[in-house]
Amino acid sequence: MEFRLIGKDIRKSFGRLLVFDSINFELINGSSLAIAGKNGSGKSTLVKIIAGLLSPSSGEVIYQVDGREIDKLDWFKFVGFVAPYLQLYDEFTGYENLEILAKIRGLKSYEAKIKNVLERVNLYSRRDDLVRGYSSGMKQRLKYACALLHDPIVLILDEPTSNLDSEGVEMVWAIAEEQKKNGILIVATNEPEELKMCDEVINLDELKLKMKRQIVK
Amino acid sequence: MIWKFLLGVYIAIITILAFVIPIGFIPGLGERARIIFLHVPSAWLSVIAFFVAMIYAVRYLRSKNIYEDVKSAASAEIGFLFCFVTTVTGSIWAKFNWGSFWNWDPRETSIFVLLLIYGAYFVLRSAIEVEERKATLSAVYSIIAFVTVPFFIFIMPRIMPGLHPGSKGDPEGAGPVVTFKMDPNMRILFFASLLGFTLVYLWIFKLRSRMEILKIKIQNKIYQEV
Amino acid sequence: MLSSIWAIFLKDLKSEIRTRYALNALLMFVVVTISMILFATAGEVMSGELLSGLLWVVIFFSAMSGLSRTFVSEEDRGTVIFLQLATRPSVVYFGKLLFNLVLIFGINFFVVIAYLLTMENFKVKSFDVFLSALILGGLGLASASTIIAAIIAKANTKGTLYPVLSFPVLLPLLITTINMTQLSIEGAKLAETFGHLRILFSYFVVVVIASYLLFDYIWKE
Repeated sequence: MEFRLIGKDIRKSFGRLLVFDSINFELINGSSLAIAGKNGSGKSTLVKIIAGLLSPSSGEVIYQVDGREIDKLDWFKFVGFVAPYLQLYDEFTGYENLEILAKIRGLKSYEAKIKNVLERVNLYSRRDDLVRGYSSGMKQRLKYACALLHDPIVLILDEPTSNLDSEGVEMVWAIAEEQKKNGILIVATNEPEELKMCDEVINLDELKLKMKRQIVK
Repeated sequence: MIWKFLLGVYIAIITILAFVIPIGFIPGLGERARIIFLHVPSAWLSVIAFFVAMIYAVRYLRSKNIYEDVKSAASAEIGFLFCFVTTVTGSIWAKFNWGSFWNWDPRETSIFVLLLIYGAYFVLRSAIEVEERKATLSAVYSIIAFVTVPFFIFIMPRIMPGLHPGSKGDPEGAGPVVTFKMDPNMRILFFASLLGFTLVYLWIFKLRSRMEILKIKIQNKIYQEV
Repeated sequence: MLSSIWAIFLKDLKSEIRTRYALNALLMFVVVTISMILFATAGEVMSGELLSGLLWVVIFFSAMSGLSRTFVSEEDRGTVIFLQLATRPSVVYFGKLLFNLVLIFGINFFVVIAYLLTMENFKVKSFDVFLSALILGGLGLASASTIIAAIIAKANTKGTLYPVLSFPVLLPLLITTINMTQLSIEGAKLAETFGHLRILFSYFVVVVIASYLLFDYIWKE
């Protein structure tokens, strides 16, 4: 299956505030993209647009499978998403969260998959504890489990290593390597070290400078 | 400019004629029937305005162009204003014709519901700060509210008898004034007034939406310079 | 698609059973409102007609205090993205609608029991009319309040806004159900209320279809 993720002239403004303009990229299986920029530069906004959580003010994001465009309503089948502002249900256990997600997604024979992802993020021993009792690092690991549950083709990581210990950071790097074998990896971060996870970089700060120069001209 | 002046003269003439034109004798209403020249057209205007607001709401949801939302809100404001005018004029008239200011007659109930819906609509708009979100949510709300309004047409006759001239169950004397029995010159003036009110609506609507759009443009400009 | 809707419903139900956010408060709300009516009318003999109206006042405000929770809690806790990433908007809508349906039938059941126990003059003569008013009224109530809950969850002042926005939309429904309840006390036959039933049912259908078409716009920005 050949998957293509295309961004065409993406522009987003909130009311009068222009966040970014004319962002273009094209990703296929095995490619990866890092989105860099300072706090407030619009990294999260851009990844939300790519994941279909927000609509761009103009321009478009296209998901293509073997040259056929995917309806926006079905994007969720292809996307795995980890972000600090993604919250889990804290009245449920880690296992229940994954079970709920699997059922909502309509995954078949999900028990094995849940066990697999829980082991991958090293939470299997704590699977029956309420998420309320999890540390912030454990919650972050569980988010990875949720994102990987359906083997997404596009994995989007916003601030991938926030709250994680060194062992967790290693886990993230392993997941990123694994993802790049067949899928697409998108990482939004302001840590220079993490930019190395990806082959290409979009720097929103530099983009903004360019935009300003254009306005001055 | 010149047509606005002409419109002013036109409405002035209609207003004067509404009081002096001979309308013939209408049993049960008499001279009080003259309210039809001002009350019914303002109700008509508010319905048009709400309808236009609806259309722009749908257009906003399709295009996500904030100007469509501005127009929708502008039209809803005018509709609300004239809905209020209709209610007040009708209520005063009801005191003299039916004996009390408010009788929960079907049309009174319907207009009351319209006031409630658009009152809620403006409350909703003031409760959301983000412009796009405000536009989307109020558009959705106005559409949901709009699809439930027609139910009153089916419900009201079952629940209560009508008092308005022209409604079902109207006693013989008052007669369905609007549909027939209208004096020829009364009919002409009535439709002339409808036309006049429609033109007034178009004028205010254009003015209001242009003003709001200019406001947005000016703010955009200020923002870019800063 | 259907199994996903069911999964969302079960998730909400399980969460409600575990946290009891809405349920306990709702039951107390019903008790408080009915006691309020009892105190305010102490010693007065109230007609069945008046009591049928008051019944729906209690149901309306109880619904307003509980039905917004499904959306508001997702929005407040930031779990909206979890659902947005997991499925289509319409699946979420129908899951939540199902949950609110169950909740409103629970409320109706409890209110009616409490009402029949405390209001001596509330004697229902034709139970089939009364029951169909409750069931079809509950369907309509849940349909309209679900979509409005989705709207107010995104606004700033959620609590007060909810009844304000819901009332005009629900008014045609409430007028019809109140009238039906009065008829049931007068002992009308079910066949006589056929027109009412048709109104209630089509209200439900129209509101659900409109909500289904519009929900995408609310759910994702």
